[in-house]
Amino acid sequence: MLERLHGIKKEVDSKLVEIASMAELNELKVRILGRKGEITGLLRGLKDLTQEERAEFGRVANEVKEELELAINNKSEELKSRELLTRLEQETIDVTLPGLPLANGGKHPLTLVMEEIREIFMGMGFSVAEGPEIESDYYNFEALNIPKDHPARDMQDSFYITEEILLRTHTSPCQVRVMEKMAPELPVKIIVPGKVYRRDDDATHSPMFQQVEGLLVDRNISFGNLKGTLMTFARRIFGDDLRVRYRPSFFPFTEPSAEMDISCVMCKGAGCRVCSHTGWLEILGAGMVNPNVLRYGGYDPEEVTGFAFGMGIERIAMLKYGVNDLRLFFDNDRRFLQQF
Amino acid sequence: MGVSLNWLKEYVDYDWTPEELAHRLTMAGIAIEGVEAEGDDYIMDLDLTPNRGDCLGMINLAREIAALNGNAIRKAPVALKENGEKIEDYIAVELADADLCRRYAARLVKNVVIRESPDWMQKALINSGIRPINNIVDITNYVMLETNQPLHAFDYHLLQGENKKIVVRRARAGEKFVTLDESERTLDNEMLVITDSQQAIALAGVMGGFNTEIKTNTRDVLIESAWFLGPNIRRTSRRLALRTDSSQRFEKGSDINGVIYALDRAAALMQDLADGELVGGICDAYPAPEPNRVITLRPDRVNLLLGTQIGTDDIKSYLESLTFPIEEIDGVLKVEAPSYRPDITMEVDLIEEVARLYGYDKIEAVLPLGNTTQGGLNAVQKFRDRVRVEMAKNLNEIVTYSFINPAHLDNLRIPSEAHERKAVVVANPLSEEQGIMRTTLLPGLLGTAATNLARKNENLAFFEMGAVFYPSEGSLPQENMRLGAIITGTNEINWLHNKVNYDFYYLKGVAEDLFRQINIIDYSFEPVQNESYHPGRTARILSGDTFLGVIGEVHPTVLQNYEIKPRCCAMELDVEALFACSQGQVMMQEITRYPAVERDMAILVEAPRQASEVLSVIKEAGSEYLRRVVVFDLYTGEQVPAGYKSMALRFLFQAFDRTLTDNEINESMANIQKNLETKLEASRR
Repeated sequence: MLERLHGIKKEVDSKLVEIASMAELNELKVRILGRKGEITGLLRGLKDLTQEERAEFGRVANEVKEELELAINNKSEELKSRELLTRLEQETIDVTLPGLPLANGGKHPLTLVMEEIREIFMGMGFSVAEGPEIESDYYNFEALNIPKDHPARDMQDSFYITEEILLRTHTSPCQVRVMEKMAPELPVKIIVPGKVYRRDDDATHSPMFQQVEGLLVDRNISFGNLKGTLMTFARRIFGDDLRVRYRPSFFPFTEPSAEMDISCVMCKGAGCRVCSHTGWLEILGAGMVNPNVLRYGGYDPEEVTGFAFGMGIERIAMLKYGVNDLRLFFDNDRRFLQQF
Repeated sequence: MGVSLNWLKEYVDYDWTPEELAHRLTMAGIAIEGVEAEGDDYIMDLDLTPNRGDCLGMINLAREIAALNGNAIRKAPVALKENGEKIEDYIAVELADADLCRRYAARLVKNVVIRESPDWMQKALINSGIRPINNIVDITNYVMLETNQPLHAFDYHLLQGENKKIVVRRARAGEKFVTLDESERTLDNEMLVITDSQQAIALAGVMGGFNTEIKTNTRDVLIESAWFLGPNIRRTSRRLALRTDSSQRFEKGSDINGVIYALDRAAALMQDLADGELVGGICDAYPAPEPNRVITLRPDRVNLLLGTQIGTDDIKSYLESLTFPIEEIDGVLKVEAPSYRPDITMEVDLIEEVARLYGYDKIEAVLPLGNTTQGGLNAVQKFRDRVRVEMAKNLNEIVTYSFINPAHLDNLRIPSEAHERKAVVVANPLSEEQGIMRTTLLPGLLGTAATNLARKNENLAFFEMGAVFYPSEGSLPQENMRLGAIITGTNEINWLHNKVNYDFYYLKGVAEDLFRQINIIDYSFEPVQNESYHPGRTARILSGDTFLGVIGEVHPTVLQNYEIKPRCCAMELDVEALFACSQGQVMMQEITRYPAVERDMAILVEAPRQASEVLSVIKEAGSEYLRRVVVFDLYTGEQVPAGYKSMALRFLFQAFDRTLTDNEINESMANIQKNLETKLEASRR
């Protein structure tokens, strides 16, 4: 019987080398180790043996059985991992094929720039205010220190609805609207994004464009604060190596008034076509809020001071994205829009 | 305006190159657009801000240079040789409307010889953009460019009346007047005219009259040097669409004390260049001399407003470099603003003068101190951002003009009585393209689709968020924020799936996805008739009683009007209504651990029956455990009787507190089926 036992072991060992599938392995396992298998069959013959023989054979048989189980289990693990490997190989796909175009949309570049500007000023504690696009002459001009028949009205040729109502020519009317609402609370710290309209339509002017206005009114606000705020803004949007300069200018609603130039973002100030070879680009107008405007807003110019600034979004977007024609923004060609 | 540097040098010395000069002036607030060589001269292109009209005069521009380099200016000396006669014997002046003309001065030059002016004068005028005419006219222009005081020369003998008299008065409404350019103008009663007491002879401050023009045979010349009220001149000039070198100077404010120098200077030149004989004296009507403008300037205020520490002595020296007279009293400066600087009226104006001479770039940039503020967006602004983000996932945002050509309303087949026809009208458009303010976003959407299609951009999905405008009872028109979208073609072709058509259901999916994202739970799509849309493929969207908008396939005639060939679907939603219906805060619902059971059912219904009818019957008939029902297939054709459609439905049942039994579900399904049969005559397949 021991011989028979060793014979089984030998047979299994050699079979295990040949077997290549789980099915064959399972078959072998059942034939040898199953309830009706050969080992069980042999153990059934124990009853014909003496007490000593039985003990001896039982010990050896158990050893062999354990060895066989181990060997079969090992083979099973080996087969499983080989089968997984094969399956994975067969499942190979072309990872270079394009992914599915799930979202084809996108925001307009002017929205993107507006949002970026907004984020920067919100980070400095500014709130966002809005006002009507069709304005009264009072808020658009009078309350901004631009009386009727003032030559400064020539700076902004307007579309009128009636004598007293017009399409706002700038976002500045919101300065007085917000101050009126807030006075005497401090600080007034807002930006006003929005569409504005001027009677101009050529290669460099669009009859509708977008602006962002800024206003900070508080105690002890200085021109230095205006410079600090605008410098922070300019560097965040165009990069830390940016240089800025200020030129005296004129706006009826600020005094002193300034225009801010930035070093040309295309040539870094060396001079190129974009900056007309000056190295500088004019990007915004600003100044200290005119005392008359503070009074219109309900504040005492002896108690508080403030600064205001305004810029064209299209201008910033053109510089930021290298757009060379203003009209592209309102042309809405899909091939243009999908670049942003 | 072009400025000849050779000419400018007659009034002030400087060592800078033309480019340096341009830079210095620009950085001091006198913007120079560029400098160009012109023979042995340079022409500097001046781009003045409206407050610095004074620098249209050479002498005042020279003052700016003097303030920068510390030199003094030179004015041409005036040597007058008056004859023994008195001007009073020749002319009188009456200011009938002294509110518009505060000063009017005149001199008479007799026996002039009209000829060409000398080369140097002609060249100076040409380099400044003024055409030489004859010595008398050229002298008035030359002195204007020099002093910024517009002058006018009349042919004295063409003045009517025995005792010649200038009367300055408002015109009569409808009064006709022929100006120098030989065009007849109709005046109104706010326009100021110079008359010879019988007839108008000049449109004050704007242009002289054809009737008293200097001609080759003119012998005696009456020179006018006056001060007119700027806003009135501007008004007249705009009403008549007549801008002249004279009007643009007066409207920015001229120097009331400079009137006499300019008059004398012109008279002296007429003596020298036209052999004129000067009648003694000036006829100077100046009833109420302007007081000096003395403005208080507090040095600490300068530093507070600028954020600087400029000493009082430095402040004084900046203002003195502009030759502003200063008196210091108890640490406060009393500064006299010269009459040639009408822009200086307040303390802040003086602070700007100090700042620009100190140099804006020297002011230190410091972030503001003060209470911290939260900043940020309000709820409506956040909501709009959210909408934009959701829409931009699948559609490209566009920005179109808020004004439209009124023809769009016809193109959209909008009925004449519809409220979209009641638009806000632009009174002075550049063209019909800006004729009215839009009452719907459709024109911009369709226009954009049309231009893109014309360029062979064939698959389009656009959205726009922007205001529409309606007249209102209130003072200002009403502005409503709208969300519009248009789609046509298919989405991007890809290798894995078939393309998805940009059709009604795609756009409806966009809308429904938006509603889910902005938390609008209760909404319905109902068929509606709208002239701009396909009668059978259009819905209005409601949330409760609130109208959210319209969605549909664009009417083929409308598409034709826009020369669009492929079908387009569009929608227009009211953003404020969306905001009102959006349930701001989401509250989590418990997730049940008891299993859900799915059941399917296919039914036959009459083809015109709408899914919404079927679903609402089901929702009413299903038990409280019916969590969801969806249409997952729709079929007509073989095996479905004509006039019917097969609709496959999937139901999901689930309880929160236990596992449902088959019986419970079967009962519910049976009830649903019964209701479908009785209410909709639907049968199970």
